[in-house]
Amino acid sequence: MSARPHLSKVALTRILILLGALVTLELLCRTGIIDRVTMIPPSEMFVALWQIVESGQFKQDILFSTYNVAAASLLAIAAGFVFGAGLHAWPRARRVVSPLLSAYYAVPTFVFYPLLIVAFGTGRTALIVMGTIFGVVAMMVNTMLGLDRVPLAVSKTGAIMRLGPVRRLFLVRLPAAAPHLVTGIKLAVAYGVIGIIAGEFILATAGVGKRVSFAYDNFDNKTMYGMLLLLLIGVMLINGLLTIWEKRLHRRFGQR
Amino acid sequence: MKSNRLDHVLLVAAIAAAWQLLYLAAGPNVISSPAETLTRAVELLRTQAFWDNAANTGAAFGMASVLSITGGALVGLWLGLRQFAGDVADPILGALYSLPKITLYPIILLIFGLGISAKVAFGAIHGFFPIAIFTMNAARNVSPVYYRTARIMRLSPAATIVTVLAPAALPEIFAGIRIGLALTLLGTLIGELFASTSGLGFALIRATDIHAVPDITAITFLIFVFAACVNALLHAIELRVSHDG
Repeated sequence: MSARPHLSKVALTRILILLGALVTLELLCRTGIIDRVTMIPPSEMFVALWQIVESGQFKQDILFSTYNVAAASLLAIAAGFVFGAGLHAWPRARRVVSPLLSAYYAVPTFVFYPLLIVAFGTGRTALIVMGTIFGVVAMMVNTMLGLDRVPLAVSKTGAIMRLGPVRRLFLVRLPAAAPHLVTGIKLAVAYGVIGIIAGEFILATAGVGKRVSFAYDNFDNKTMYGMLLLLLIGVMLINGLLTIWEKRLHRRFGQR
Repeated sequence: MKSNRLDHVLLVAAIAAAWQLLYLAAGPNVISSPAETLTRAVELLRTQAFWDNAANTGAAFGMASVLSITGGALVGLWLGLRQFAGDVADPILGALYSLPKITLYPIILLIFGLGISAKVAFGAIHGFFPIAIFTMNAARNVSPVYYRTARIMRLSPAATIVTVLAPAALPEIFAGIRIGLALTLLGTLIGELFASTSGLGFALIRATDIHAVPDITAITFLIFVFAACVNALLHAIELRVSHDG
């Protein structure tokens, strides 16, 4: 592996840059160039995070948001898969709706949230519906892409082996489409998080987003930055795990 | 071409039908009918207050777009042309891109205060990362033969960028710009929804507070129309660029 030394040098530089940024921020905050009303030093953010986790005072909100994100993601993945597979099987309808699908993420879908509040009230339902609406199209598009890319030879092999429709679906087509399906799942979860947190931020009765916006309103920077840090770590963890899964599948099925 | 137009008519009809059904099922307390919404939208278009808000959102969106395009393209080009810097920055950019920017909004508000600069900054960070990533990849994907040819012709670095790199990478950069600007608009509007004193997002949240369903539906509708127009325009430019290139 001749690329190895270069790679580790790259990784080292990356770590140094990130550490440098953190130290600079800490210094700027400590010396008062960035005042405490704007930002507390990163070290205090970690302390605040630890206190939040240890005291368990926001446990209910964290569970509320986690449940909502999980529900919205699962709904978006299931509905997106069903609709995507349906449209794949019905090309005429697919041609009609394709401009809608390609423009979907170009319009700020989030402006639907006020209407959802009117329809469902400021509870969990409006948030989950928002998260689902946000993520479902990414899953649909990737399901269709995945089913499109199933190689003809693979489908034919399934036919030669006389697999029934159900076994052909589970043993041949879904595994062949898996890389795209995982990309869809990853996007659906990411959009689910954005939809839920943004909704909680703007108008909700509970949740991590609600706590952050409440702390912001009350100049409670310790809670705010602690919760933000918690949110960042959670999101990066989920995203990192899904990315690893995605890369592994892409490598296994010989796509980039 | 003809069946394409038929498809569009079918799509609009299907959306209108679904909307009407939703209205019949949910009732006027939740959503206005398509006809009512159009009437209300036309009424709104005649009021000065609407245009003030639209101008405000437009100004914020415009400034945020300029910032994210110039910043994203410059950073992306630099990273794309320097192998080492690009390798270092690639995963950092990817992580920042996938981060829900909404979490950063309180910080931006604390730095910039309530006003147009916070909206601009929030919109710009939404657009910056996709544009930087697409530009970087575009510059990296330019075939090495082109660079070698440029060197044989003894082009200066500036001439290489203008006459070789830009034409070769432009279609991909434009795809990034289209995605970036969609996110910039989303960022600007979310900023207005959360905390703002003017703009279409602010009008929308105020209408929600007083439960003015026709206004909510009409403003949502107008925002959608505007976003769809911006997208169609950018898409047309993108097609043009990629055909020329």
